[in-house]
Amino acid sequence: MQQLKPVDVVIAGGGFVGLTLAKEITARTSLSVVVLERGQPRKTADYATGMDELDYSLRFRMMQNLAEETATHRHSPRASAVPIRQYGSFQPGTGVGGAGEHWGAISYRFYPEAFRLAAHLRERFGAARLSEDLAIQDWGISYDDIEPYYWRAEQLIGVGGKAGNLQGKKIAGGNVFEGPRSHEYPNPPHKMSYATTVFEKAAGELGYHPYPVPTATLSRAYTNPDGVSRAACVYCGYCTRYGCMIGAKAQPTNILMPVLAKRKNFTLRTGCSVRRVVHRDGKAEGLTYLDASGAEMHQPASIVIVASWTLNNARLLMLSKLGEQYDPATGKGTVGRNLTHQVSQNTRVFLDKPLNAFMGTGGLGIGISDFDGKEGLDASPGVLRGGNIRLMSTGEGPIASFGMIPPGEAQSDWGSDFKKAALAWHDRVASISTEAEHMAYRQNFLDLDPTYTDKYGDPLMRLTLDWTEHERAQGAMLTKVHAQIAKAMGGRAAPPNSRQLERYTVTQYQSTHVNGGAIMGSSPERSVVNPWLQHWQVPNLWVAGGSAFPQNGSGNPTLTILALTIRAADGLIDRYMKHPGGLA
Amino acid sequence: MKRREFLTLPVESLGGVLVYTLAGEAMRLQAQAESGEIRVPLRFFTAGEARVVQAACERILPKDANGPGATEAGVVIYIDRQLAGPYGSDKYRFTQGPFVESVPEHGYQGKQTPREIYREGVRQLANFVEVPAEQQDQRLRAMETSIFFKMLRQHTIEGMFSDPMHGGNAGLIGWQLIGYPGPLMNYRDEIDKAHGQPWRRKPVSLAQVVGRPVAGWEEEKG
Repeated sequence: MQQLKPVDVVIAGGGFVGLTLAKEITARTSLSVVVLERGQPRKTADYATGMDELDYSLRFRMMQNLAEETATHRHSPRASAVPIRQYGSFQPGTGVGGAGEHWGAISYRFYPEAFRLAAHLRERFGAARLSEDLAIQDWGISYDDIEPYYWRAEQLIGVGGKAGNLQGKKIAGGNVFEGPRSHEYPNPPHKMSYATTVFEKAAGELGYHPYPVPTATLSRAYTNPDGVSRAACVYCGYCTRYGCMIGAKAQPTNILMPVLAKRKNFTLRTGCSVRRVVHRDGKAEGLTYLDASGAEMHQPASIVIVASWTLNNARLLMLSKLGEQYDPATGKGTVGRNLTHQVSQNTRVFLDKPLNAFMGTGGLGIGISDFDGKEGLDASPGVLRGGNIRLMSTGEGPIASFGMIPPGEAQSDWGSDFKKAALAWHDRVASISTEAEHMAYRQNFLDLDPTYTDKYGDPLMRLTLDWTEHERAQGAMLTKVHAQIAKAMGGRAAPPNSRQLERYTVTQYQSTHVNGGAIMGSSPERSVVNPWLQHWQVPNLWVAGGSAFPQNGSGNPTLTILALTIRAADGLIDRYMKHPGGLA
Repeated sequence: MKRREFLTLPVESLGGVLVYTLAGEAMRLQAQAESGEIRVPLRFFTAGEARVVQAACERILPKDANGPGATEAGVVIYIDRQLAGPYGSDKYRFTQGPFVESVPEHGYQGKQTPREIYREGVRQLANFVEVPAEQQDQRLRAMETSIFFKMLRQHTIEGMFSDPMHGGNAGLIGWQLIGYPGPLMNYRDEIDKAHGQPWRRKPVSLAQVVGRPVAGWEEEKG
């Protein structure tokens, strides 16, 4: 193994989290920062030839190569796990920018009480009514603590939307159920597609409170506080699962790399697969990795930051034997606990007019939150938290959108009758969708798989994860509203995909919002990192990303990940650098 | 070395411009000059296999009063190229053993690659091209739940509606059929207009949009 010259900071992962930390540290200190990224460099110009549904949306050309590394899944600790052999209920990225290149850019804040969910649920329902299987925890920070960081993250990526709660004042047309914002969104909402206008009208007439879904595909040309200018979105429809060919969608390569490229104290090494955190006596010493030529390297550093995707963060800690593995039988151990996904449901609505649904962008949509967070639960006993309901015009591809027909329109899903129905209904199908908060449970967790390995021979991450009665009740509550809105839209609704919540299904894409495994919290007994994302036992080690979520919110998680990341950078720069040691 | 295999097709069987009669029936127009035969070099299938796959795809999306089908879109050429490329050999699928049968929620857990699945599936369709359409449908119906048929159905739709750089959607016939304009780069002036009205244009391919040839992932070596 080759020993490299020590640096001040080494970061595992060149996605949103790692590069945001690198940007903050190199802007405000003279520390030398090295980022190690397993994939290849990327730039906006690469994406013009990527407007191809087959290669990018159906074959997942931008995503982690599953032949080299995947995860395994089982439904309970009693079952044996099998590999996720093909995509997939979630889609991790690879390469510079990571999944931040091919995300949909929907940028919600979580609700204020979500950050103190354990306390909130005890207050609202009483401890006796909460299942013993719940492993919900408070985050160790309040909404007021994170609000300034939400605002910084929104400016960084240029979120467009309409505030529904400005400094406590409720504003019609925004999400009136959201927490108070210190500022209006940096940018206005998007233009509306036809389908979103139909949904907005129907939801409004039913007495709900529709609002534009907040998004970081730019609604107008925008220059962020770092001086990075980007063009307005043109609704080309090649957005989620693609990189943006004009840079309108906020991606690490278009908002972070242009700044970092000018920093002399920043180095990005691509093709470098991090293998272990080297540590001794409660101190991290660096990262070992294989470089692009396959040579084994050790990069010593004073500060080590693990900043890869959720599962990879937790896995790197496990492989490095950092911290105690969580055991669901005893409840002991912290690494691997509180694995959550998100409760996804959708209902197809068949309308009488063409939608031009090939136009759109990842974050173009109208939502309601009347049954989200703590709202609208009274008629649904047993439901602890709700979810959003929205209609998105993300840009339909010609392959995936072909063949969606109302139930009973054809006997078969192939042949002449099928083709006739598919053509008759083509471009008249919209989808009402939901993402609901996913509670953490004792039995849902991560550990290393005893059988399957990655291409280097290291054990794969094993997910033990299944849905419970609670998620099915959430789904039932929310899809009832889907049907009500679909009817008010004048459409024919297909039955919702409730079967998806019977058992966790790895073959069905749900979202890439997998969280937990190295969670934050206020106690070292029950969390891996403190509220600054600093490791409880190893103070010069930071673990940042969705892995820190104690449980999942209903909004898309990236904005919360960015806000936590910027706050972690403040903690590291303003506090730790002045007084190295534990910050909490 | 393996003998080079070709699929021989009448030129007029592929692509064309789609128009609708007064009765609403779809008709395909071919330019006068386009006649004769073309020989498409095959990358994976033998000529015999290609004819079986072509016939089966044609039953999945047949040519009828509602417009052209899989044959006119060149779907079999698309499938041949996919199977010859990294997808066909499972270059991006996790193929480490042990291979264990699991619950349906875990998806396909088998060892067979798409190439192997097709080879075996086509073998089960011996004499397929010689029997009448009704019998062809019966035979496909009998294998509807197999992984081979599920792939064949999915690939037929892919070959019909993917960018022509992948070998199918000849003459953009699939996109004409559904009114898809191609990967145009800008709908900023259109998205909030023409609400409830079809916005349709003569389709263009990705290569036409970017002004240079674009290679699909199937062209990747190794």
